[in-house]
Amino acid sequence: MDQANRPLSPHLQVYRPQITSVLSIFHRMSGAGLWLGTVVLTYWLYATALGPEHYDTAQAIFGSWIGMLLLLGWSVALFYHLCNGIRHLFWDAGYGYDLDTAARSGWAVMLATLVLTAVAWTIGLSAGGGS
Amino acid sequence: MSLRAPLQRARGHGSAKEGVEHWWMQRLTAIALVPLTVWIVASLAFLAGASHAEMTAWIAHPGVGIFLVLLIVAVFYHAKLGMQVVIEDYVHAKAVKVTCLIANSFGAIFLAAICIYSVLKIAL
Repeated sequence: MDQANRPLSPHLQVYRPQITSVLSIFHRMSGAGLWLGTVVLTYWLYATALGPEHYDTAQAIFGSWIGMLLLLGWSVALFYHLCNGIRHLFWDAGYGYDLDTAARSGWAVMLATLVLTAVAWTIGLSAGGGS
Repeated sequence: MSLRAPLQRARGHGSAKEGVEHWWMQRLTAIALVPLTVWIVASLAFLAGASHAEMTAWIAHPGVGIFLVLLIVAVFYHAKLGMQVVIEDYVHAKAVKVTCLIANSFGAIFLAAICIYSVLKIAL
């Protein structure tokens, strides 16, 4: 086989970013970030099991500005991964492959991520989180 | 030309009718996680700022504890499968790759064990 004329993957440095490719790598990045985030959530759950003092310490960490910032990032990643995961499940079922639909479902995923994050934080803050 | 039988080359590399197992379990856990994620995020948002007594009372409720264990199993199974693909795609040095794959599996199982232990300790 002629090695020189074989097709190459697009070089990311010179290839115009497209919504489909950008959202695809976001899915992986958010997934990897969520994996790391489970370490923090595991700490919180274990602290809850250990008793009120440890729980209060964990709650204080999550209530601090750095804790809230991490939670915000984690919730955005979670909602994005959730919505885009549903998009993937539709693809797995054989729907939504043409480019127009893939682009539109991509924008829908980003909009849904914003809305769900806003709703969750409105509920959380009005329920007394961070105070 | 090799005198080895094709079977010798295929052994250990091909499908043992488990080729779709990884793909299928990733989707199966994904489907389970759609309602479980919505449930846990909504619940924790409403419980934000709750006292230790309120939080443990919620976890100790049977309908909550059972679904928390299901959520924990699905989350860490899904995370293990997903991170495995990322490692396989981006880490090419064999020793580093195998180390990462082992750390991924052990890490996911260890975290799942801590979480399930915690839920049971609170609920039982």
